[in-house]
Amino acid sequence: MADQGVYVHVPFCATRCDYCAFATWSDRLELIGDYFAALVRQAADAATDMAPVTSVFVGGGTPNMVPARLLTEVLDQLPLEDGAEVTVECNPDVVTDEQMWSYAAHGVERISLGVQSMVPSVLASLGRTHDPSNVYRAVEAIRAAGIERLNLDIIYGAAGESLADWHQTLDETVALAPDHVSAYALTVEAGTALADDPARHPDDDDQADKYRLADEVLTGAGLENYEISNWARPGQECRHNLLYWTQGNYVGLGCAAHSHVDGRRSWSIRTPEGFVEAIESGESVEAGSETLGEEERRVEALQLAVRLAGGVEAAVIPDEVRHLVQTGDDGRARLTLEGRLLANEVAVRLN
Amino acid sequence: MELSRIRNFSIIAHIDHGKSTLSDRILELTNAVSDREMRAQYLDSMDIERERGITIKAQNVRVDWSDHVLHLIDTPGHVDFGYEVSRSLAACEGVVLVVDAAQGIEAQTLANCYLALEHDHEIVACLNKIDLPAADPDLYAGEIEQVLGIPADEILRISAKTGEGIGELLDAIIERIPAPTGDPDAPLQGLIFDSYFDQYRGVVSSVRIVNGVMQARQKLKFMQLGGTHEAEEIGVRVPDPVKVDALGPGEVGYLIASIKDVGQAKSGETVTSASKGADAPLPGYQDPKPMVFCGLYPVEGDDYPDLRESLEKLKLNDASITFEPETSGALGFGFRTGFLGLLHMEIVRERLEREFDLALIATAPSVEYRITTKGADVLTVDNPSELPDMADVEIIEEPMLKISVLTPTDYTGTVMELCQSRRGSMTRMEYLSPERVELAYDIPLAEVVTDFFDQLKSRTAGYASLDYEPTDYQSAKLVKVDILLNSQPVDAFSTIVHTDKAYDYGRRMAEKLQELIPRQLFDVPIQAAIGGRIIARETVKAKRKDVLAKCYGGDITRKRKLLERQKEGKKRMKSIGRVEVPQEAFVSALKLDD
Repeated sequence: MADQGVYVHVPFCATRCDYCAFATWSDRLELIGDYFAALVRQAADAATDMAPVTSVFVGGGTPNMVPARLLTEVLDQLPLEDGAEVTVECNPDVVTDEQMWSYAAHGVERISLGVQSMVPSVLASLGRTHDPSNVYRAVEAIRAAGIERLNLDIIYGAAGESLADWHQTLDETVALAPDHVSAYALTVEAGTALADDPARHPDDDDQADKYRLADEVLTGAGLENYEISNWARPGQECRHNLLYWTQGNYVGLGCAAHSHVDGRRSWSIRTPEGFVEAIESGESVEAGSETLGEEERRVEALQLAVRLAGGVEAAVIPDEVRHLVQTGDDGRARLTLEGRLLANEVAVRLN
Repeated sequence: MELSRIRNFSIIAHIDHGKSTLSDRILELTNAVSDREMRAQYLDSMDIERERGITIKAQNVRVDWSDHVLHLIDTPGHVDFGYEVSRSLAACEGVVLVVDAAQGIEAQTLANCYLALEHDHEIVACLNKIDLPAADPDLYAGEIEQVLGIPADEILRISAKTGEGIGELLDAIIERIPAPTGDPDAPLQGLIFDSYFDQYRGVVSSVRIVNGVMQARQKLKFMQLGGTHEAEEIGVRVPDPVKVDALGPGEVGYLIASIKDVGQAKSGETVTSASKGADAPLPGYQDPKPMVFCGLYPVEGDDYPDLRESLEKLKLNDASITFEPETSGALGFGFRTGFLGLLHMEIVRERLEREFDLALIATAPSVEYRITTKGADVLTVDNPSELPDMADVEIIEEPMLKISVLTPTDYTGTVMELCQSRRGSMTRMEYLSPERVELAYDIPLAEVVTDFFDQLKSRTAGYASLDYEPTDYQSAKLVKVDILLNSQPVDAFSTIVHTDKAYDYGRRMAEKLQELIPRQLFDVPIQAAIGGRIIARETVKAKRKDVLAKCYGGDITRKRKLLERQKEGKKRMKSIGRVEVPQEAFVSALKLDD
């Protein structure tokens, strides 16, 4: 049977990071109770005709800022298959032992920790408040609760971050022995505080250097790159994220959550209050949708696949970007390190 | 109408000296336009005219004053449009000279007055803006007497803004300007002095009847071109058009003759009746000669036929535009277009974009060079990319101008410096008064068509004025500078410059392009070269990063759209060899300023 994913969106944060464009709010925390009540109703409803769930990803926002029992009650509604991958995204500042025990008891077997940087000045530049030592404490709590799989999220390219700073973040990251690392280029998103401050915008050449360094340090530590921004020990790839990249089926729960079912994409109402209102009055939470034509779907599949270690059939790569791929004996063309940095240039030329 | 009750006149004035305001006041005082209908600068009907505060097209209006009929024929005030002035002059018997009482007469106004004197026109001079605190009418009346020989005490003092002295001015027009002469019983001779294309009416012409009478529905023969058309409607502008049955000698009005083809009613044409017409046409006009050339290309190649049609339509209004098809390796199909000057070029381009909804790329302006080859062939070249190999060129000659600059004496040094840096040589220096001086130079046209006028204005706080007159050709040390992208010459960027300035041009162009061309998948060298010699080089470094960091559930639709946009963007690029150059880069690189 095909994989079935579930994404659960938690749209709350204690503070907003100034590069963040996600659907999350730090001034509507009074909605948390109503929001989770609505989420539970939606999850229970969806579960009635849902295939066995092979992966769950609870993201946000800051999912671990809400009481653990609110979150686990949602998980409890879902028909999880044995051995399902269940990930919760966590902010290291608010990770506690009890929280992790509680997660583990309800099937959570993977934590994705928002580390971002291990250098205090860089964290400050990103508008983050946590102390790097929180990261060590959080990792300890996660492992103590018996949660074995761990992803660390790190970001490069903040204003004032030197190559040495980034090297330090990478070294401390691999020292924590995660089985998965996501390293993201800081990206300027419209409407953020960062967007309004061009002096702090990242530089492409600097980020290119840092990407190369990340690949060197991470692969050196036994983590293999399997998607542009993701490295994992073999077998520890994120099953849920692979669904996104292979046009698999997933259902989004909560506000601003995206679903994909057999070529039809849809997304729900963006604000938590709008979502709560719709659930309470029994109305649809869908805010929009698109159904891809066959050709669009085919091209999208290529554009996603080219970002993965599996690559694409060599025949779809035109000559002008052939120098950015390496073709294996299996006839698959895979982006080289240089090619990964220029993936958009390859993607727009695929046909 | 009795000829003795008609007066036809033009207003000659420098930009900003108040011609349009004066026209407005005349319309008001003679009750031609009610207060309710009055909009400022009534006669400047094109948006561009009102926005820039200049008159481009000759307009005419008929008003009544003291039992007389006055025809006011508006004239353009910019140096590029001198030929329109001479057309207007041919349709009247006198001119009103308007001079700003705080600034004095300007170079081009003076030149137009000399033109009026050549036509034996009576000049009614007035000093405007006497309400301004800075007005010094006595000083400037003295200047006018000095340069034009008009007695200072005959010069009227008015304020078009407050209306002071406007009645007296109208009285003076009746008194001093002679009535037209003409024979109502003679065969019809009418002079077309302006035509424009109206989307609904076809060609609408302004016409001055010299002899005979033009009747509505009359069959008319256009003598120079030989066509026959019926006068579907004739009328006068008061200023709104009013139909009339007949126009007699001395009268000025409009003519609509169901003419659709833009070339059939040229300015300077004589119309007569199809039967028993006049034997000979009136003296026509010399077609104005374009002095500045550039390539005009549609941003979208598909718009090429539209561009052709639009140029054809514009040419009816503006006989001075010339155009012929040309092909550029970089820009595709377009037209080499000739203009009277830089402002004219700017205005034509703006009208094409605005009135005809076209997006255009204009190449750097060029003048017409005369080349003598080693084989003693002589050719003219108005497009730098057509210049033969320099090894085959014996002599390059360039068109010269005689220019006259009137400036307050404070700026004498500044003006001399500017003219010198533009390869000018001084021929004369003459004081109009202790405060103002006229400087005359021989100067290459190519040096004037770049940004000479703007520079002159900005360096003299707007006080200096310029008039010019083409003279002859002179040989000079000129070279062609080519710009190479990834070792391939880009014809649209080639230019002919003086040897002394070639290095500077090449360096600036290479620097500009380095900023404008986006990074590609490989290093792109940008070189400026004279023949095989590289004089400047910049490099657009290869792009190193173009990738979306995150691509999760909510990002996928966005990513696909982003890539679609990126694909669309690629289509709008011009490929020069392997280098993709955005249209905006051509537009910005070829901008004249900075």
